[in-house]
Amino acid sequence: MITVDGLRVYYRTLKGDVRALDGVTFDVRDGEILGLAGESGCGKTTLGKSLIRMDGRMKHVAGTVTLDGRSLPIADDAAMVPFRFHEVSLIPQYSMSALNPTRKIGRMIRELLKARQAPYDEQELHKRLELVGLGVETLERYPIELSGGMKQRMVMVISTLLNPSLLIADEITSALDVSTQKAVATALAGFRDAGFLKSMIFITHDISLTYQIADTIMVMYAGKLAEKAPAKTMVTAPRHPYTQLLLNSLPEVGVRYGQRRLAGIPGSPPSLLNPPDGCRFRDRCPLAYGKCAEEPPPVEVEPGHFVACWKA
Amino acid sequence: MLSLADVSKVYRVGAFGGKTMTAVDGVTFDVDQGQVVSLIGESGSGKSTIGRMILGLTAITKGSITFDGAPVRPGADYYRKVQGVFQDPFSCYNPVFKIDHMFQLIRQIRPYTQEKLEESISSVRLEPGQVLGKYPHQLSGGQLQRLLIARALLLDIRLLVADEITSMLDASTRIDVLNLLVDLKARGLGVLYITHDLSLGNYLAERTVVLRRGVVVEMGPTEKVFEDPLHPYTRQLLAAVPRLHAPWEDARPAGCGVHSDVQPDPDHYVACSCEKEPE
Ligand SMILES: Nc1ncnc2c1ncn2[C@@H]1O[C@H](COP(=O)(O)OP(=O)(O)OP(=O)(O)O)[C@@H](O)[C@H]1O
Ligand SMILES: Nc1ncnc2c1ncn2[C@@H]1O[C@H](COP(=O)(O)OP(=O)(O)O)[C@@H](O)[C@H]1O
Ligand code: SF4
Ligand SMILES: [Mg+2]
Ligand SMILES: [Mg+2]
Repeated sequence: MITVDGLRVYYRTLKGDVRALDGVTFDVRDGEILGLAGESGCGKTTLGKSLIRMDGRMKHVAGTVTLDGRSLPIADDAAMVPFRFHEVSLIPQYSMSALNPTRKIGRMIRELLKARQAPYDEQELHKRLELVGLGVETLERYPIELSGGMKQRMVMVISTLLNPSLLIADEITSALDVSTQKAVATALAGFRDAGFLKSMIFITHDISLTYQIADTIMVMYAGKLAEKAPAKTMVTAPRHPYTQLLLNSLPEVGVRYGQRRLAGIPGSPPSLLNPPDGCRFRDRCPLAYGKCAEEPPPVEVEPGHFVACWKA
Repeated sequence: MLSLADVSKVYRVGAFGGKTMTAVDGVTFDVDQGQVVSLIGESGSGKSTIGRMILGLTAITKGSITFDGAPVRPGADYYRKVQGVFQDPFSCYNPVFKIDHMFQLIRQIRPYTQEKLEESISSVRLEPGQVLGKYPHQLSGGQLQRLLIARALLLDIRLLVADEITSMLDASTRIDVLNLLVDLKARGLGVLYITHDLSLGNYLAERTVVLRRGVVVEMGPTEKVFEDPLHPYTRQLLAAVPRLHAPWEDARPAGCGVHSDVQPDPDHYVACSCEKEPE
C-alpha cells in the first residue's frame, strides 16, 4: 500500500519554479490499479518520477510518501537505491526506445539483475514471458527485432521481475494499436492478479482504456487532484466540471462529426510557472463563481469519491 | 487528386540486403479534394510506408502514385501542396534550437508573416507567447505535435498526410485537432488520416481503408465498414477498441465476406479471408 500525502514537487528553471505537482494526496491499496488521467502537462509523469527517481531539476518541496508502512526517502537519491526496481518500479513513457540496442535481451536482463544485486531466476523469467505471450526464444533476440507491443511486454516483465510493491506504468500503451493495447493492458492486470506486484499506477490519456483495467481513476488538473473515484463512478457520474467536459470530448466508436460534433474544452491549462490562486480550472470552467477564487480542497463526497470543486 | 494504383513496397533487409520484405502489397485507393480517408491497421502493417511513399520520402517498388494525374516528384513545388506530420514529434525537432527554428525551415517553401505564424499556432490552440522562444525539452509531446500541425497549416497545402498525429494528444486536444481537420476539409483540404485508433478514424473520415500486413483487407464508406464489417480482421480490430461504458468483448465470428451470401455494396471492398483467418 502506498500513501502520498500533500506531495509538492517543482522543477527549477531560470524563470522560477514550475509547480508541476502542487499538493497531491491519495493512496493505492494492495491489489488496486489506480488509473491516472489528465491533460498533457498536468503532472502525471512528474508524479510517477517523484515516486522513483527525481531528475536533477526536480525539487521536493513538501509532502510525504509511505510505502507498506515505511517512509520513502524520495528526495534522497542514494537512499532510494534499495527501493528502486525492488520495491517501486517504473515503466517510463517512451520506454520502448530505451532498451539497449547492442545487447541480446537475455544478456541484458542478466546484467541488469547483477547490477541490482538481485538473483537471476531463469525458470521464473520463462514463466512470465509465457504469460505475456512472448516465447523464450525472444531472449536471444535484439530489441530492434521486436515490435512495439513485444518490446512493451518485455519491459513489463523486466520491470516486475523482483515483485515490486508498486509498479508505475507511464503511457505504456499509447503508441500501440488497439489489439496490442488490449493484450498489454490485459497482461498488466494479469500481473496484478498473479501477485507479481501489489499495486499499480497506470498513467494514460485514454480514459476508455483506463476504464477497462483500473479499479479507481484519478484525474489531475494543472498539478492538482481534480477528482478520484471508483472507475465505474468516474465514467458514469463524474462530479468535477473538468472530468465532465473531458468525458464529453471522447469520441466513442459510432460517433461521427456529422451527427454529433464533439467539443474540446476551450482554453488551455494555466502556466505552472506562476499559477493563479484559487481553483486552477477557473478560467475554463463554465460553473465558476466568486468562491472559486479560493482553492477548493478535495472533499470525500461519498466513500472513495473525492472531488476538489466548490460546486460538487 | 491523390491516386494510388497497385502500389507495392519491398524493403531489402538482412545484413547485406540479401532478404526482402514486402511491406506494402498492391494497394489501390484515392483521396479526393475535401475528403478525409482514414488508413487503419496495426503497427507494422505498412501505413507509414504508404505515407512516406506519398510524400516521396521512400521509393515505390511497383505501381504508381499520382497527384492531379502527375507522378509524385519531391521538391519545393510538391511540398507546397502536400505535407506530412508524423507520429513522433520529438524526432522532428533539433534539441539545440528553439522551436521557432522549426518554422523558419519552411520559409524557403512559402514565406509567412509573424501574424500568420501566430494565427496558425492559435488555431491548434496553443498560446504563441507560451511556446515561441522555448526549447523542445521545455514543451510536452502534445504541444510539440500541435506545433508540427501548425507548421503544415502555415503552408496552405492541399493534401495532409497525418501519420498517427493524435496518438500523443490528450482527449480534449485531440478532439480539437480532429475538428480542425474537419474544418480544413470543408475548405477543400484532402487528408490521409493514418491511425490505429478506430474511433478517431470513424469520427472524421468519409472513407476507411483497413490494412493488414501490407494488404487492403476491407475498404469503403466509413459507416459501412464500421457498422457492417465483413472481414474477420476488421471485426477483431473493432472488438479491441476500449469503450467507455462496456468492458472489452470478443469479436463477432465472421465467415469470408466474399464467399458467402452477403453481397457487399459495390463501393464496399472486402478481401477473401477463406484461407487466412486472423490468429
Ligand atoms: N525539466 C523540466 N523543466 C521545467 N518544466 C518541466 C520539466 N519537465 C516537465 N515540466 C513541466 O511540468 C509540467 C508537468 O509535466 P509532466 O511531464 O509531468 O506532464 P504529463 O502530465 O506527464 O504530460 P503528458 O501527458 O504530455 O506526458 C508541465 O507544465 C511541463 O511543461
Ligand atoms: N527502412 C526500412 N527498412 C526495412 N524494413 C522497414 C523499413 N521501414 C519499415 N519497414 C518494415 O515494413 C513494415 C511496415 O512498416 P510501417 O510502414 O512503418 O508500418 P506502420 O506504419 O503500419 O506501423 C514493418 O514490418 C517494418 O518493420
Ligand atoms: S471550484 Fe469553481 S472553477 Fe473550480 S471547477 Fe469548481 S466550479 Fe469550476
Ligand atoms: Mg507524461
Ligand atoms: Mg507507423
